[in-house]
Amino acid sequence: MENKKTQNRRKFIQNGIRASLLLSLGTISVAALRKVTTDDYVWQIDPFVCTQCGRCATDCVMKPSAVKCVHAFALCGYCDLCGGYLKPDANQRTTAAENQLCPTAAIERRFIEEPYFEYHIKEDLCIGCGKCVKGCTSFGNGSMHLQIIHSICVNCNECSIARVCPSNAIKRVKASEAYLVKGDFSKKPEA
Amino acid sequence: MKIPFNFPHNPGFFNSLPLGEVRRGFFLLLFILFSISSFSQKQRFPKPEFATGHVQPSTITPEPRALALEYFDVAVLLVVLSLASWLVLKKRSRQSVLWLSVFTLIYFGFYRNGCICSIGSIQNVALSFASPTYTISLTALLFFILPLGFTLFFGRTFCAGACPLGAIQDVVIIKPISLPKWLNKTLGLIPYIYLALAVLFAATGTDFIICRYDPFVGIFRMDAKFHMVVLGVAFLLMGMFVARPYCRFLCPYGVLLSWMSHFSKWHLTITPSKCIQCKLCTNSCPFDAIDYPTNEKDVIKSGLGPKRFLTYALIIPLWIAVGVFVGERSHTFLSKANPDVFLAELMISNPEIKNDLENIDVQTFLTSGKTLETLVKEAEVIRGKFYIGSMIAGGFLGLVIGMTLLNTVVFRKRQDYEPNKGNCLSCTRCVDYCPVEK
Repeated sequence: MENKKTQNRRKFIQNGIRASLLLSLGTISVAALRKVTTDDYVWQIDPFVCTQCGRCATDCVMKPSAVKCVHAFALCGYCDLCGGYLKPDANQRTTAAENQLCPTAAIERRFIEEPYFEYHIKEDLCIGCGKCVKGCTSFGNGSMHLQIIHSICVNCNECSIARVCPSNAIKRVKASEAYLVKGDFSKKPEA
Repeated sequence: MKIPFNFPHNPGFFNSLPLGEVRRGFFLLLFILFSISSFSQKQRFPKPEFATGHVQPSTITPEPRALALEYFDVAVLLVVLSLASWLVLKKRSRQSVLWLSVFTLIYFGFYRNGCICSIGSIQNVALSFASPTYTISLTALLFFILPLGFTLFFGRTFCAGACPLGAIQDVVIIKPISLPKWLNKTLGLIPYIYLALAVLFAATGTDFIICRYDPFVGIFRMDAKFHMVVLGVAFLLMGMFVARPYCRFLCPYGVLLSWMSHFSKWHLTITPSKCIQCKLCTNSCPFDAIDYPTNEKDVIKSGLGPKRFLTYALIIPLWIAVGVFVGERSHTFLSKANPDVFLAELMISNPEIKNDLENIDVQTFLTSGKTLETLVKEAEVIRGKFYIGSMIAGGFLGLVIGMTLLNTVVFRKRQDYEPNKGNCLSCTRCVDYCPVEK
């Protein structure tokens, strides 16, 4: 009889603790649910904040990096002497391979009409070093810029490039608006 | 081929001019651009008008993984958890649990690359409570809550069948050795430290250490930094003899799970009906999670009694105080993990670093136009968070140490061989050893 009583008491305490644990789990979920989003998050580079430091090429968990150069054609001046395509001092240079800025020759130059050239990024060759972006932003319209390509990105819980980005240009964005591609403006539009 | 220098449509193009004039022209151009850009968005080089009617291509932006697939992962987790609970508690079959964990290893491990995972979701929850700007996604919240809820009713069936990190370690157990009790207890404190640090770093927006030092994610991805691969392989090699080392001596989610499991409504039992004290199961558990029947005479002889219990209970506040003190002392050190605090500290302690052109962080900061005062102010806010957070973490760890000590002198009457509800991973190995028929 005595034994049964202690058994009951133990059971009562256990039930009580279980109920309070359940309650705290519920509280946590409700508190988190108040600011939950049903959308998912992905990482993306704000091209207007990016300083092209080159860490995207070295610090991504993917090899080569999930960061690639993308080209906002609407912004491009279609220059012959492209600051993103050729090394500095472009007018002294030929289009020979040693004069190309891209270390992996990932930029393809296509003649459109006099004097316009269109530049295409070969995604499978691009390593996201941002050298062309730096060239294009310093000498041109800034139509080339870095973006995280989501067919490659594995969407780490914390992006390893975002952690080392010196300008904090990498942010979580909603998966439904996963890219921050530049439009036909070179400065960030005033929101 | 030399690039031709004729720009019939673009006579103002400065590159076509001789060098001296180029500079002047460039500055003039810049000046004009600067004055124009203040009231309109004008490009350095105007948008071309194509005579041939060339149409500009649009930028290709591949979509991220579909949202529906993320919810499908939650559904898979729910199914795996239910199945694991049913297999452990009703079917009591090691074989089935093993196959389920192989599925988990393939799906959540190699297919989903070990990410999304419940262990890492602790940090998302912590950050969502601490940061006003961060909102947690529903999938991450569900991955955090569902296993805890299941464990509260069925024991740690999540560990048995639904965790890819557990599964990869479970399949390499070859010859598990039994660790002495004191070592088990001492190493068992590490997860609490890991949990406290992970929550602290996540809540201060510093780092997600659980994800960064996940030893198996490199194996799942078949690609990682060299030291992480070494760590992962080392854990697997160690896991051949010390079963599931990550789960028992590191996993921060395991701490929460063991709390839940301790008070679970239904938990795995070794025997389907009544224990016959055959001792066949004693060596079956690779995790040292079977509690033996207690011998009252030994307890009396060992001198464990109410007196010692009282002493240990009374020094718990002391442990907490020590923890808070240690936390307070170490908050400066811990806060250096935050990049902003680190940069501010570097700039103050070493002003010459400004001239170091190799230091990208410093150079980017200098060109950003932000003043050192702003940076220091931000760093101080973060350090303030660390000050509070470290003390809470330290106090929590003090409480844990105190309670662990207290637990060593608590005498629980036990007649049978039973799984330790907190530590048992519900792998059902012991079940196969029990000769009792239902």
